[in-house]
Amino acid sequence: MTYSAFFTIILTPLVILGLATMLTWVERRLLGLWQDRHGPNRVGPGGMFQAVADGTKILFKQDWIPPFADRGVFILAPVIGMMTGLLPFAVIPVTMGMGIAGDMNVGLLFILGMMGLGVYAVVLAGWASNSKYALLGGMRAAAQMISYEVFMGLSLLGVVMMAGSFSLHDIVAAQAGLWFIIPQCLGFGVFMLAGIAQTHRLPFDLPEGENELGAGFHTEYSGMKLGMFFIAEYAGIVLVSSLVTTLYLGGWRGPFLPPALWFALKAGAMVVFFILLRASLPRPRYDQLMALGWKILLPLSLFNVMATGTILMLRAS
Amino acid sequence: MHALALLAASVTVMGAVMAMTRRVAVHAVLYLVVTLLALATVLVMLGASFAAMLEIIIYAGAIMVLFVFVIMMINLGQPDSAREKEWLRPRAWCGPGVLATIMCAELLYCLNPPSGPAPAPITAHDVGLSLFGRYVLMVELVSFLLLAGLVSAFHIGRNRVGGR
Repeated sequence: MTYSAFFTIILTPLVILGLATMLTWVERRLLGLWQDRHGPNRVGPGGMFQAVADGTKILFKQDWIPPFADRGVFILAPVIGMMTGLLPFAVIPVTMGMGIAGDMNVGLLFILGMMGLGVYAVVLAGWASNSKYALLGGMRAAAQMISYEVFMGLSLLGVVMMAGSFSLHDIVAAQAGLWFIIPQCLGFGVFMLAGIAQTHRLPFDLPEGENELGAGFHTEYSGMKLGMFFIAEYAGIVLVSSLVTTLYLGGWRGPFLPPALWFALKAGAMVVFFILLRASLPRPRYDQLMALGWKILLPLSLFNVMATGTILMLRAS
Repeated sequence: MHALALLAASVTVMGAVMAMTRRVAVHAVLYLVVTLLALATVLVMLGASFAAMLEIIIYAGAIMVLFVFVIMMINLGQPDSAREKEWLRPRAWCGPGVLATIMCAELLYCLNPPSGPAPAPITAHDVGLSLFGRYVLMVELVSFLLLAGLVSAFHIGRNRVGGR
């Protein structure tokens, strides 16, 4: 292992954690902007250090484990959340040379696998808390995330078919002429919806719907364990944004500016779009969410796979 | 590489043993997940990274989550753990132990140490070609089975309007 690869491996999680922390402030400021109020603007320039203040506060809070909880699993759940939130970044190629394992030949499957394992964090948190609201949140999360994993995988098939590879490097390379968002617009739509549901962000945050479940699966959590769930959630947003950038928006490609900056710009725009969705859309009912998935997204993504396959076959022959 | 593969294999075996002996159902399922992940590691080292990722996505990421889901639904408690303890008496281990020993001996006898260069990595392309070339009949049979499962699940779970 070369020195620079080692350096990248150390640096990547730190950058992601920093980004996720800053994102809490960015989100609150943007929400404030869109909802015609200030948001946190007192600590530091523009309220920038609010994230640091919140982080310090949450670190020094009492770390309490309820006596009725299953202790081992209760501690394990946020750890799984953090791990599965950070590991997928290993295979995301920021530029041609930046990234840990961008050319892994099953990179996309690795990301899907890690997202699949991320379900455990929420489900186990719900079960181990041994309280009814947490359990309801955990069960909702299990059903929602497993369902939307299916559509996410299916919507990505179109991209994989066009690129002819699971490696994210090859997928970006295949977008030299045209970004995949144009031929794969259907897949892109399904992927976006599935991505929001998978990271259980608003408007699809039914597992933690606070008006009906308290705080859902993390009702019983406090201190840094709660903080870990938050950071995993924001890392999830960054992940889905980077994935959209890599798979549909041509990755690091773009004129004039350096590749890394292009990647950051595209991913940043996607993150802001995620926050805009939160600011503007109401939360659907749980059965509406599941009906949307199985009755609309599943046929759409299957159709996308079929159409892409047919066109590729016709073009090849 | 050899040592790493052995390490992953021993984690697999340990996980399987723990999965059998835990009394709390969720803990057992978690050890089973560890077993599956370790098995995926072994597969990666054998060059079958595609199969390894499928193992993680399908078994660890979907089927085991459904197990946890069902366990959460039926809400096992203290009496169930006690009953589990009752089932796991030493005498119950005799029969399976003998059978497993026979299998293990047979496996060790048949297993020749691999020789020659390491096999080339198996790509998704190879898997697809063999699935829809050589094993196409199996794929079709499995899809029949899945269809039957889908139809019966729909039949059982259907909303019956007007009682009955």
